[in-house]
Formats: sequence, structure tokens, C-alpha cells
Amino acid sequence: MKVLEHMNTRQHMQRGAVVSMPMILGGVPFGLLFGSLASSYGLSPWFAIAMSAIVFAGSAQFVAVGLIAIHAPIWVIVSTTFIVNLRHLLYAADMVKYVKHLPMSVRLIMGFGLVDETYAAVRPMYGIGSVDEKTGHKVYLGSFLAFYIMWNVTTILGVLSGELIPGMSEWGLEFAMVATFIGIITPYLKHSPFWFCMLSAGVSSVVLSGLPNNLGLLVSAVIGVVAGYLADVYGSSSNTHQSTDGNTQGSER
Amino acid sequence: MSLLDSVLIIFGMFVVTFGVRFVLFARAHKVVMPVFVERALKFVPVAVLTAIIIPMIFMTDNQMNVSISNPWLIGGLAAFVIGIWRQHQLLTIFVGVVVFFIAKYMILLLL
Repeated sequence: MKVLEHMNTRQHMQRGAVVSMPMILGGVPFGLLFGSLASSYGLSPWFAIAMSAIVFAGSAQFVAVGLIAIHAPIWVIVSTTFIVNLRHLLYAADMVKYVKHLPMSVRLIMGFGLVDETYAAVRPMYGIGSVDEKTGHKVYLGSFLAFYIMWNVTTILGVLSGELIPGMSEWGLEFAMVATFIGIITPYLKHSPFWFCMLSAGVSSVVLSGLPNNLGLLVSAVIGVVAGYLADVYGSSSNTHQSTDGNTQGSER
Repeated sequence: MSLLDSVLIIFGMFVVTFGVRFVLFARAHKVVMPVFVERALKFVPVAVLTAIIIPMIFMTDNQMNVSISNPWLIGGLAAFVIGIWRQHQLLTIFVGVVVFFIAKYMILLLL
């Protein structure tokens, strides 16, 4: 990766923004929808805009606005937000090894920006070696910044327009996010433990989809991690030279 | 809703959201992950991303919908097959999205 060593910070941040583009596009209808939903519930425009700017948590913001609309107490709103966002603890645990050498101020921003999409876009780049400990956080910050701008701009547009374009949520632009996640998952599937992980997480997520507050998602994710781990441990004890190393030798993005 | 309520809600949501994301980063230089934990954590991307998208693909209005009139399923399958076959992320996204929209509008035309 000689060429990467000559890039400056801005160019690394641009890489982060570019790899996030499909998901940013997929996030646009969500931001518009959040803004218009908040104003249709009669909430102050500033409230919705402040929530996107300060909390910055897609699905939790939808859940919170829904709870406010039914006059739920504040402690219910806050504790539900906690449960909805608990999956980010798994991301953080996985990222610890890539941030521990960084100054606290950088970690602070990275923590604030640790959303599904940025983790999904940047984490695999460490695995395939297209970023390292000198460049990874710059790419990460570029991805974060691109998402943050998109999320706040679309929230404001959604608030201002109410129902900007009728039926936009029916278009299916969110499918761009689904396709991107599939593009991230499939390179891992060269090793059988990742198949066990995917299949058990997938089946659980459907079976548990009736649970409230993203709990089904959280439990399914844990089931998938445990299934993958067990398959890895038992697979490699019966066949010692077939263990996975966490690096996916996928193609260059 | 009073201004105080608004401030408390946003402040409370910020504290728990940022807290969950930052607590391990704050102690990252001191945290030593046991080997078995690291070995398990490498499954996090596949596990969480799968758990997010599978209900979106297979369910319509909280009901299982495994049929050719479900464009999410058709597009998802197309992306998955291309992803496994070619291992090229942009191609996977492109084919998935194109197949999804073709399926969506074919279904609209036929029904």
C-alpha cells in the first residue's frame, strides 16, 4: 500500500466519505422522515434539529419521538434509548484495539460518531489492510463527518417541509443500505464460522422481531457472535490449520 | 412539552448514547481484551449487520413475506449471489439496487 502513505489527512477523510456514499444515500430518506415525523407530532423544529445534532442516533431518535408522542415519561425515553443503542457497545469493544494509541480528543469524536454505518464502512478496511493505525481514524472521521452533515441537513429539510415529497418513504431508497451491508458481509463468508454466525443471527432476528425496542436485534447479534465463536473454536480444534484470522482477504474497495 | 422536558430528554438521550459508544474508548489504553473475547468480537460485523437487514428483507409489515412479489427479497438475493461470486462491494451494491428497483416496478405493473 505504498500509495496510501503519501496521502494527506484530507485525502484519507475523503476516502472515508467516499466508501460511505451508498449508505449516506440510503440514509437521506430516514433523515427527511425523522424531521417531518417530528414536526407532524407537533414538536418544536428546534427540538428535532437539536436531537439530530446532539444525540446523533438514527433508530433511537425515531423510537424517542414515538414515545414522546404517546407522552411516555422521560426515564422511559432515556432507558429505551439506552437499550436501542446497546449494540454500539459491541462495535466499541471491537474497535478498542484500533483506537487505544489515539489521543483522547480523537477518541471522543470517534465515540460520538460510532454509528452502524461508519462502523460498517470503516471496520472491514482494517481487516483487509486498506487502513492502519496511522490512517484508520482519519478515514473514520471522514465517514463520520459525511454522515453527520447528511443527517443534520436532512433533518432540517424534513422539519421545514413537513411532508417534503409525499410517499418518499415508500420509494425504497433504504434498500441502498441493505445492499451495502450485504456487500460488507459476503467477503467474510469464505470461512465457515462466519456462515454459522450469519445464519443464526439471521434466523434469530426474524424469530425475535416481535420484541420491542430493537431487543430482537441485540439478542440476535449476540447469538450470532456466540455461534460464530463456537463454530470457530470447535472447527479449529478438529482441523487445526483451518482457523480464521479475522482478516477478510476481500477485494480492494 | 415544556422547555425543561425538551432539554432533559435530549440531555438524557445524549448521555446514554454517547456513554455506550465512548466508555470503552475512554479506557482503551488500559483495556486488555482476553484472547477469547477478541476471537468472538471478529464476528460482530457479520452478526449485527445480518440482524439489522434480515427482517427488512424477509418481512413486510411484521409478516414473513417469502414470495417473488417481495422486491426486498429479490434484490437482497441478487446482491448476496453477486457478493459471494465476485467479492466486489460496489458491484454488489449496484446489482442489488438495480434488481430491487426493477423488481419493485415490475411488481407494481403486474399487480
